[in-house]
Amino acid sequence: MGQRPIYVMAEQDLPGLLIMGIGGTHGVQESLAALLKKHFSVITMKELLENKKEVGKKIQCIFVSEFRPTIDQELLESLPNLKVIGNSGVGVDHLNLKMISNFGVRVTNTPHAVADSTADMGMALMLASARRLVEGSQIAVSPDTNYFAADWLGVEVTRATLGIIGMGRIGYKVAQRARAFEMKILYHNRNRRSQEEEQAVGACYSEMEDLLQQSDFVMLVVNLTPQTEKLIGKKELGLMKPTATLINISRGAVIDQDALVEALQNKTIKAAALDVTYPEPLPRNHPLLKLNNVIITPHIGTATVQATHMMAEEAIANMLSVLNCQPIPSEVFPQ
Amino acid sequence: MEAQELPCVLIDCIGGKHGVYEDHAEFLKERFCLITMKEYLENKNFLGKKIRAIYMWYHKPVINEELLQSLPNLKIVASSGVGIDHLDLSLLSSYGVKVSNTPFIVSTDTADLGMALMLASSRRLVEGHQMAISPDTEYFPADWLGAEVSGATLGIIGMGTIGYKVAERAKAFEMKILYHNRKQRNKEEERAVGATYCKKIDDLLQQADFVMLVVNLTPQTHKLIGKRELQLMKPTAILINISRGLVVDQDALVEALQNKVIKAAALDVTYPEPLPRDHPLLKLKNVIITPHIGSATVKTRHLMKENMTESIQAGLAGLPIPNEVLL
Repeated sequence: MGQRPIYVMAEQDLPGLLIMGIGGTHGVQESLAALLKKHFSVITMKELLENKKEVGKKIQCIFVSEFRPTIDQELLESLPNLKVIGNSGVGVDHLNLKMISNFGVRVTNTPHAVADSTADMGMALMLASARRLVEGSQIAVSPDTNYFAADWLGVEVTRATLGIIGMGRIGYKVAQRARAFEMKILYHNRNRRSQEEEQAVGACYSEMEDLLQQSDFVMLVVNLTPQTEKLIGKKELGLMKPTATLINISRGAVIDQDALVEALQNKTIKAAALDVTYPEPLPRNHPLLKLNNVIITPHIGTATVQATHMMAEEAIANMLSVLNCQPIPSEVFPQ
Repeated sequence: MEAQELPCVLIDCIGGKHGVYEDHAEFLKERFCLITMKEYLENKNFLGKKIRAIYMWYHKPVINEELLQSLPNLKIVASSGVGIDHLDLSLLSSYGVKVSNTPFIVSTDTADLGMALMLASSRRLVEGHQMAISPDTEYFPADWLGAEVSGATLGIIGMGTIGYKVAERAKAFEMKILYHNRKQRNKEEERAVGATYCKKIDDLLQQADFVMLVVNLTPQTHKLIGKRELQLMKPTAILINISRGLVVDQDALVEALQNKVIKAAALDVTYPEPLPRDHPLLKLKNVIITPHIGSATVKTRHLMKENMTESIQAGLAGLPIPNEVLL
């Protein structure tokens, strides 16, 4: 068997890929840029803007990471050879899928790469909230602390009831983790999972109302779509137990934020832990920032070294499959 | 039953910083004649003879030889929590006084807190929250990252009841689990959680991304983790302590964190508690400290109270004592 010749593609033969930038607070990490450069001729927004006519023609793909670059009509019009937008992350609510489709451009996301780290974040927020970890850490380091009070208590996670709203890939991984804490698991989803899948994690399918009324922890793990916008509003918060905690690892707009503020202030529910808000960051005078029964994290559900690498790799595989006319692992379509 | 027929039990006080909770006191008063330290000291001669048990909550009242000498009818001390490093067991035994603790009831809450600290530290949850609410925050930077818990290697030092429950939880995160213990667990127990025994602590320290301390405090585990052990750990590793502050050489830990010998620490326990307000551990960005809340949940504290009550009642009736601590 003869050895196959190895072709090293010259950089200019590689398909052009547009990214926001490299490094800094808004660009793609250096190590990820290096990964992209193995398969693409990487072009930054700055380079495109300096020479739109010439450079625009070269771009066949866009790598969207942390919602950048923004995809608008003007950008799409300047990229006549654009074939695919590879989004890093699973949520695509920041992309106008219909508009992009009208340009004949495909969109892909990274549902596999995000699952473990986002499920971990959901568990982290549930545990931190239940055990008052942030408050506790503030007491432990406060200059005013001279003793630890005996009657300063949180609530149990083990054997409590967790209601998962949205039992997709991430929701299911949350259930797998919660099961190890002997939690009673209820879930609500567009489609019911199979009996085997339910039994494997000990999850019971519930109607929304039942889930809200019975859960000690309600975790939102849905996509943001027109159907899930403000899924949790005044009515839903009113159905929850006054001892319950709401955890959001989906999108800020899934919750009616004003209704949430009111519910937290009036003790309709006990606490909230939010990795996502609308907008991000919240305005600095927003009431959510001042409530001591709220933990907010800066949308870090996939902010790990490992997850960001896996997302880039998944996006690369998706984009290459489009360019090579192969089956596309994770294409998303307008609703 | 008339109040004077109920057995007399000494407590430190009700309410306040460290006292028995008001609602717990109601429960206890239905079963015991509660005598506070203040009441006892005001009438030592009369009350000393009546006290048959001590209900020790948050390590109080402090038991010394003087107290034991004045309580001739003391049969049992029920201590809250699992740790008994604050008790002089030989002294108590020499007075014929039995001791009980609450080892099992605290185990799930403490394991949960170990997991909470590991996740919070790895994902930089406290820092992240501070950024999310800070008045100076204008945007969330893209280059702000934590490290993954799922699929990482957890080294559990101390695989007793609590350590094993940590392993059960960590398994669901598909973690690789190593453990070090005085005794190796049996094969079924190891297989059930996918844990691998490390006879030498060094092997565990060198491989783990997270090192969690879940031992008792004994003379053997005092300063178990010192400069040598910290240097064996990976520079990307995180140390989590849910056992006792004295298991770690705190000065060595400060140095290791300052010099980036390890990446971070998450401590539910320190020595002392609280730390002095000028202690370097309070200022390090890569440290999360919680105020010894391993078993601090409403439900568990109720169950502790019930367990301790059972132990006292059994001890006074001359029956086998649940959760007896033997020398």
